[in-house]
Amino acid sequence: MQVTALEGGFGNAPIDSAHAFRGVMNAMARPGTIHDLAGATPPAPLSVAAGVVLLTLCDPDTPVFLAPSRDTQALRDWITFHTGAPFSGPDQAVFAVGAWDELPLTSFPIGTSQYPDRSTTLIVELPALDNTGATLRGPGIAESAQLSLPDLAPLQGNATLFPLGLDFMFTCQSRLAALPRTTKVS
Amino acid sequence: MYVAVKGGEKAIDNAHAWLAEERRGDTAVAALSVAQIRQQLALAVNRVMAEGSLYDPDLAALAIKQARGDLIEAIFLIRAYRTTLPRFGGSAPVDTDAMVCDRRVSATFKDAPGGQVLGPTFDYTHRLLDFKLAADGEVPAVPQAPIQTAPTPHIMSFLDREDLIQSEPVGPETPPDLTRTPLELPADRALRLQALTRGDEGFILGMAYSTQRGYARNHAFVAELRIGAVAVEMDIPELGFAIEIGEVTLTECETVNQFQGSKTQPPQFTRGYGLVFGMTERKAISMALVDRALRWKELGEDNLGAPAQDEEFVLYHADNIQATGFLEHIKLPHYVDFQSELELIRKLRREAQTMQEAAQ
Amino acid sequence: MNMMIDPNTDRKAWMGLLAKACAADLARYWERFGAMPDHVLLRAPEIGGVMVRGRAGAVGAAFNLGEMTVTRCSVKLADGAVGHAYVQGRDKDKALQAALIDALMQTAAAPQIEARILAPLRDTIAAVKATRAAKAAATKVEFFTMMRGED
Repeated sequence: MQVTALEGGFGNAPIDSAHAFRGVMNAMARPGTIHDLAGATPPAPLSVAAGVVLLTLCDPDTPVFLAPSRDTQALRDWITFHTGAPFSGPDQAVFAVGAWDELPLTSFPIGTSQYPDRSTTLIVELPALDNTGATLRGPGIAESAQLSLPDLAPLQGNATLFPLGLDFMFTCQSRLAALPRTTKVS
Repeated sequence: MYVAVKGGEKAIDNAHAWLAEERRGDTAVAALSVAQIRQQLALAVNRVMAEGSLYDPDLAALAIKQARGDLIEAIFLIRAYRTTLPRFGGSAPVDTDAMVCDRRVSATFKDAPGGQVLGPTFDYTHRLLDFKLAADGEVPAVPQAPIQTAPTPHIMSFLDREDLIQSEPVGPETPPDLTRTPLELPADRALRLQALTRGDEGFILGMAYSTQRGYARNHAFVAELRIGAVAVEMDIPELGFAIEIGEVTLTECETVNQFQGSKTQPPQFTRGYGLVFGMTERKAISMALVDRALRWKELGEDNLGAPAQDEEFVLYHADNIQATGFLEHIKLPHYVDFQSELELIRKLRREAQTMQEAAQ
Repeated sequence: MNMMIDPNTDRKAWMGLLAKACAADLARYWERFGAMPDHVLLRAPEIGGVMVRGRAGAVGAAFNLGEMTVTRCSVKLADGAVGHAYVQGRDKDKALQAALIDALMQTAAAPQIEARILAPLRDTIAAVKATRAAKAAATKVEFFTMMRGED
């Protein structure tokens, strides 16, 4: 492993990961809100926000799928050293990272009726992320919210699978927003 | 009328304060150190490590002190602590062939290569109370003898060479873990062994004893019982190779059991296996017997309806923390539940009385 | 099968030794060694668990036996040498010292570390093991055959 893979982790893991977890939790609880994450510097081309999410939520029990643009040796080593998470194909993934058009949405597990939680959380890297575009409604949203989603139809279809389905996080540089399966988009 | 209540904070605080004082006992008597417990109550420490599923003698000793010697309460404390630890990974399976044995006996082969080593055993003691211990007597020096350097291969390997014993099937390198995913039945052998090794010693002992008394008897002989230290090795991704990350003391019991043979196989001995943290001989032997009883399906035996053959019965009742949690919760306030029961029984009695009066 | 000598043999040996060493002994030798090299923490000392596995029947399928406590740490020295440690128990100082020693063993300081820290640790562990083995050997059973029937 190169030394660079060993650097860029949380400087103070308990504190940094607690702050990051709060950001991720609030993003999930209030779909459409945008949060700033900090504390880690992953190897390019992974965004800071995606790197912080991985460090906060991944461990040896959470297989990670890296889409082609993110599947570099440097990033694999970084994730291995800092989280211990194994790598898998989409069918075993608990987390998946990549750009929107390279994530095979139909290949990820959506959970089972006994264990709806056994599904993949997708971390989608976007070139831009702001509160414009699609309208979001559902739990955690007072009236409605706006978010620059990369597409509509697949996300509308995903919401109809509830209580099964995928959960999405959208990342751009240090910014994070989330779209859980409970949110209706239009 | 019974109602739901809250409160009692003051009473709880005071109860905890009194618990702490009672734990300490008479201050005229010296306090017990964690090191003393670790050193002098080592077998209690071993049991807490085995059933707490965490090898850390200092923590187990602390738990015993905190629990005032209640070992199940101590195991509970260890289980709770264990859940707070990030999991770094899984070790390579330990190589018990390379164990440095403090003890190694066989009930089946007198002349086992490597010899029979008794170790610090209670066997052959007279079970008479030793009042010298009450007087804090000094321990005489322990005799030593030239160290034997000959290897101590597993006795089963000799039977295996002659094909006299059933061979063990291999499985996935990463076994299922019942502490991470809820136990589902039917469980494979890896899950059963994990449940047995962390199961309650008394429960496993009782189940094992029932097989000896005739409930799914499987005629077990202890082919080998060994106790000693083994190194634990784990792959370190950042290094790209495996290193030893520590050393644990284990008790291993292999039983050789009867097997009638089947349509496809000539008669062969079968085996049961016990492997437990620490010096925990009774538990390891019990585990081997229960493991063997639970294997009836894969060995083509009949289900005799014996408790020790019933996977659901054994696995769902072996864990003393699950059991004690459910058992002891019934003493906690159930005022609302009980109020509905009370109302129901009063109503039933009223109805019965009305019917009785109407009949008169 | 690679029949060449494992290039990592030495490093495996010292890392394994540090993992098993008594924390108090290591602290004493480290203090006596006296140098605290400039370093950055790549991973601050972290306490965790490792699932220890066994094999069914000692030779069959792997199963989970239970966890053990382990503390790990990674450091980088000023000259770029990287040291890692995975040590048994919950002693963060032990993990840090072990990681620094692992890094120093890749520098010119190696012979000194070997002589003043690793060798004494190795001797202590060997002596404890030898005493135990000698006591075990004294409890080895010598059988005397009293009678052997032939029919």
